[in-house]
Amino acid sequence: MTEPVLKIRNLTARYGDFQALFGVDLVLLKEQTLAIIGANGAGKSTLMRAVTGILSSPADAVCLGGRPIGHLSPPEVLEAGISMVPEGRRLFPSLSVEENLMVGAHSRTGNGYWTLRRIYELFPILKDRRRSPGMALSGGQQQMVAIGRALMSNPEVLLCDEISLGLAPVVIRDIYAAFPAIRESGASVVVVEQDIGQALKVADHVCCMMEGRITLSGAPDELSRSAIHDAYFGVSA
Amino acid sequence: MIWIDTIVQGVLLGGLYALFAAGLSLVFGIMRLVNLAHGDLIVLAAFVILTIAGALGLSPFVAAVLAAPVMFAAGWLLQSYVLNRVLGDDILPPLLVTFGLSVVIQNGLLEGFSADSRKLSAGPIEAASLSLGPVTVGVMPLLTLVSAVAVIIALNQLFYRTRLGRAFRATSDDPVTAGLMGIRPRNVFAVATGIAMVVTTIAALYLGIRANFDPTIGPARLIYAFEAVIIGGLGSLWGTLAGGIVIGVAQALGAAINPEWQILSGHLAFVTVLLLRPRGLFPRAND
Repeated sequence: MTEPVLKIRNLTARYGDFQALFGVDLVLLKEQTLAIIGANGAGKSTLMRAVTGILSSPADAVCLGGRPIGHLSPPEVLEAGISMVPEGRRLFPSLSVEENLMVGAHSRTGNGYWTLRRIYELFPILKDRRRSPGMALSGGQQQMVAIGRALMSNPEVLLCDEISLGLAPVVIRDIYAAFPAIRESGASVVVVEQDIGQALKVADHVCCMMEGRITLSGAPDELSRSAIHDAYFGVSA
Repeated sequence: MIWIDTIVQGVLLGGLYALFAAGLSLVFGIMRLVNLAHGDLIVLAAFVILTIAGALGLSPFVAAVLAAPVMFAAGWLLQSYVLNRVLGDDILPPLLVTFGLSVVIQNGLLEGFSADSRKLSAGPIEAASLSLGPVTVGVMPLLTLVSAVAVIIALNQLFYRTRLGRAFRATSDDPVTAGLMGIRPRNVFAVATGIAMVVTTIAALYLGIRANFDPTIGPARLIYAFEAVIIGGLGSLWGTLAGGIVIGVAQALGAAINPEWQILSGHLAFVTVLLLRPRGLFPRAND
């Protein structure tokens, strides 16, 4: 029986007067992949910002392994065990590839599965480019750095926000090819995607968001095309 | 031959200006904070060295070693409890706060030490000189330049060879993403300001030995520091050294032509560089 590692309960989020999330409930099971799909503006990235502490939320709205973490700051959330691959990769321009990866291990205190050597095994191209400025790499390679950087903290939960955005299909395939190894390391994964097909391929569980609410939830093989279409666009197919 | 000597003296003077500017450059490079109280903090450090040297009967060099941790703590506290509160997208609040801090420091020093000029006495080394081929240089100016180079090398090593330096650069690039990586930007800023205050203490040591100082001379030091930072390229440490030397050489050449032109020549060099290279001589690629 897999146990829940991340529980989100009745999570709301606001940007000033604008309410972006309305009572979101989610559960991520240990060593599983949860895909959150939805169109632009559905609230997916806001959900990621709330979970990582960029947006404040009530303490018990987000629990990691039973511990309330909703009130924590981003560095504290990382130390608790959640790291994120941010939308747009957000590499540090003045740092080399290897330095970007090392920044991911900034607050790490002990040993863990993910080391520089293992990141280079996962993405061999990065070893050849390790002295290059992070921003000198192609989009796909930058995404590999962003994923490697997030893994360097040895997270219990890895959040991936729109990692396929702006990348060629063949590059997306290469990046998602790394996911089995990430799960084997013991990490549970949340993937935020606009690409429904890709999300259904990698996920054990899929949630669809629209206008700040979860509109559909289930295992990929339980969800029909029309149900996903309705939940994604808010209209019947 | 006299021109070579003049240029060498200018280069040595540039070391002092680079020391004035290095702390300013460090703080600006990491948190984009323009500290209008920087000159007054140099003067404050000089008074701290003076007080320690006087109270314990120490040489100013030893007193500066004791003053450095005091100034580090002052910088850390200043950043943590004052400047971090006003840092943000709007550059005006930190400007106003550091301007106010400048006024507070000047008046506090006037209350505590009066308006009398003071000087740090380093003994016979102040008059010592070395003959280097065709030119003779003072030991203290040479020591000032060597210290400036050592400070720049040390800061570069810190920036590019340490975990803290990585955190400095990552925070400078993108504080929000740095936070997601476990870096606490406000702590990073506080440590950076503490380190800048240690550099300020070194600058204060050489300022106090070279010339008289009183509580009101800070703003003029700030102008030299600003000019050195801008000539060198904002946030570039080696550029800051180059900027200090440009001002020092310009002042020495101006003074050689007419002593009244010394200060003006430095400012003219600054304006000329700004016209020809608005981003400075060595701008950071990603600024």
